[in-house]
Amino acid sequence: MPAPLIEMRGITKSFGAVKANEAVDLSVAPGEILGLLGENGAGKTTLMNVLFGAYAPDAGEILIQGQPVRINSSADALAAGIGMVHQHFHLAPRLSVLENLLIGIPGKSGRIDRVGGLARLAEIGREHGLTLDPDLPVSALSVGEQQRLEIVKALFRGARLLILDEPTAVLAPTEVDGLFAALRSMAAQGLGIIFISHKLNEVRALTHRCVVLRHGRVAGRVDTPATTTSSEMAQLMCGHEIVPPARGPSTPGAAVLTLDGISTSGHSGTVLRGVSLAVRAGEILGIAGVSGNGQRALADVISGVLVPGAGQMTIAGRAVSRFSPRGVQALGLGRIPEDRMTTGLVTNLPLADSMVLPRIGTEAFSRKGLLKPDAIRAFTEEQIKAYDIRCPGPMTRAGALSGGNLQKALLARELAFDPKVLIVSQPTRGLDIGAARFIHEKFLDMRARGCGIIVIGEDLEELLMLCDRIAVMYEGRIAGTLDSADATVARLGLLMTGAGQAEEAA
Amino acid sequence: MFRLEARTSTPAWFNLALPLLAIGATLILCSGLIALAGAGVVEAYGVMFSASLGDSYAITETLVRATPMIFTGLAVAIAFRAKFWNIGAEGQLLAGAVASCAVGAIPMPGPLAMLLMALAGAAAGAAVALVPATLRVKFKVDDVVSSLLLNSVIFYALMALIEGPWKDSFSGYPISPPIEDSANFPVLLEGTRLHLGVVAALIAAPLIWFLIVRTTLGFRIRVTGENPEAARYGGIHVERVLISTALFSGALAGLAGVGEVGGVHFQVMSDISPGYGYSGIVVAMLARLNPLGVVPAAIFLAAVMTGAEAMSRATGVPAFLSDVIQGTALLAMLVALLFTAYRIRRVGVAK
Repeated sequence: MPAPLIEMRGITKSFGAVKANEAVDLSVAPGEILGLLGENGAGKTTLMNVLFGAYAPDAGEILIQGQPVRINSSADALAAGIGMVHQHFHLAPRLSVLENLLIGIPGKSGRIDRVGGLARLAEIGREHGLTLDPDLPVSALSVGEQQRLEIVKALFRGARLLILDEPTAVLAPTEVDGLFAALRSMAAQGLGIIFISHKLNEVRALTHRCVVLRHGRVAGRVDTPATTTSSEMAQLMCGHEIVPPARGPSTPGAAVLTLDGISTSGHSGTVLRGVSLAVRAGEILGIAGVSGNGQRALADVISGVLVPGAGQMTIAGRAVSRFSPRGVQALGLGRIPEDRMTTGLVTNLPLADSMVLPRIGTEAFSRKGLLKPDAIRAFTEEQIKAYDIRCPGPMTRAGALSGGNLQKALLARELAFDPKVLIVSQPTRGLDIGAARFIHEKFLDMRARGCGIIVIGEDLEELLMLCDRIAVMYEGRIAGTLDSADATVARLGLLMTGAGQAEEAA
Repeated sequence: MFRLEARTSTPAWFNLALPLLAIGATLILCSGLIALAGAGVVEAYGVMFSASLGDSYAITETLVRATPMIFTGLAVAIAFRAKFWNIGAEGQLLAGAVASCAVGAIPMPGPLAMLLMALAGAAAGAAVALVPATLRVKFKVDDVVSSLLLNSVIFYALMALIEGPWKDSFSGYPISPPIEDSANFPVLLEGTRLHLGVVAALIAAPLIWFLIVRTTLGFRIRVTGENPEAARYGGIHVERVLISTALFSGALAGLAGVGEVGGVHFQVMSDISPGYGYSGIVVAMLARLNPLGVVPAAIFLAAVMTGAEAMSRATGVPAFLSDVIQGTALLAMLVALLFTAYRIRRVGVAK
């Protein structure tokens, strides 16, 4: 085995009383793809932030090619040949691809070396299949392309070790394949790669070796991920065995949500073109599709945020006459938003505020314009208890909670009002196995109690496990609907590319 | 070497400690200027203190001066909670002053006159604040710029009024006719200028606190300010909330003008406000947008203003020092706010 490119020894980092990392050892050899696995809050991101210079470790040392180094800033890290692709990109949206690459790179005598930059960009594109149009503004790039730009940026700066923090969370399945091909090609050239994820199938497919963190410590090391089973790794991550919940047979009742010829216009993003669908009581309907094919508009129409230009919608048998979040909610709709942080809750205010946000004007939480602070507090405390939301109390800043706990909180705030229809988008994105499992169980629970559920998602495995039927969206239309008994990843994938439409029409 | 590191939580005592820290830093920084002007630092601050808070008369004078800043501070605090960037409290104050002066000049029973002056002043301030709010809601015009520029529009409109139709034809001074004597706000303590408006301001602060913390409108204001997207998805009419906030904010700033006309000057002139609208921003920031904190913050600035004048007479340090202290206090507070989100950590230097 070649000498390690980078080595972390005995890294310990505490935040107050919480030990985020404790005596963690880790090394990456040239040409190696190392998986870093762990549940949310296990300390993966902290460890990488130590390596990238964002945090100073309390103890331990970092060695680069055998030499101890001190990394105090991202500039130090870059100079040491470490590049990082964060979950949230650090790009200037109004500048072009090339300009973003050249930020902070001194050119000859203070001028920007455009020609040299173009040549290097083309070279990186050729080598690893990471092609980008140098003149497009970053705001015009898809999320996948922005990620590609972040990777190219790291390579551009001469990174020999690349850290990717949950890179696949924002990608569609087809984009994941492209990313993996690029990463393999980089490794083949002798780069070291640290791939952070909690998606076991991805880690098994891509990495050469992996390190599993739990509660800030190394819980185990897997030298042959490809031949280790997912459940063995899951056990290392969680400390106990995880069994996927079983979806029993159901006897769907009457339709609780119907859409008939819903079309939208003038909305940013894909518009809906005559979408019709129905969800019955006690049924889970999945909406699959490559992101950007109208799922956002569909969720917005159903949750009353977007008023359709044409078509009818009914909830629990009653026609929706007024499209507004409060209007559809009054008819019995619950919604769990796609993006917890931006559209779901208010990170800077106490959790209790987010818990009552959609229903603040109702009798439960206010009277004649005056809040009922005790009721708000009691409701939040009740949900914290019922859903095991880990936080110090109702007045904790919502943003201080982990993703899994926030998702539980959002679920709790809707389910507490016993919705007849529940619409959820990407319910487990960014959640670890344990939290995802909990969310899935709750959905099946609601299904058994006669709630109609729509799950919009990109993770086909998840949809197949959870849903009774799966509809596929393509360019603002329903391209086809399959019973999950007949559905396979391959058949759904075909519909997702639009290829299935001819077949359906025939 | 030091570096900033993100905090995971903010200790509660920071809310009290930060403004005090900012004020302490301000006084230390400004002592350099006092020394440069050739006066003793301790002596100068001593004069400032005794002239503003040293005896009961000084305290009433400071309270009178704090009153318009309590109103504008509340105006800014409620607006900033909703992230409606109302930099226009100065113009709203002037509009309130003009409207209440016009009403106060009409002969009628005193109590009725005072009530109508307050209503007219609040309405005028609200109407002015509605302009930047509507422009933002309908056309996405930046409210910082529009509300700030509107201040000049209102100021010069006021000048046109007192140089034109309202001009004192006898003396030729650009001042408005006085309000009726019966409309003068009653003085609460014989021999001082402590007028009804001071009490109104001290009552307004807890009322606005109640509005923000305990009402559904306040809830909507807070949520809209912190995350308008989540507010919209949560069924809150963000535009409506912004307009309501602007109306409240403008009305409060307008009341600042009412108090100056009814309780202090009894007429309108060009220097009726020495920038109370802008000071309101400093007050609101020192108070960390908490309406209850607005009262001590306004009293602090008022003490600096009254104290600086006395200090200038006693030691020869220019009274402009009061403006320097105000500006430095705002900057110090903005820096201090950084510590709610970050902590300073010492890091070792490479061996």
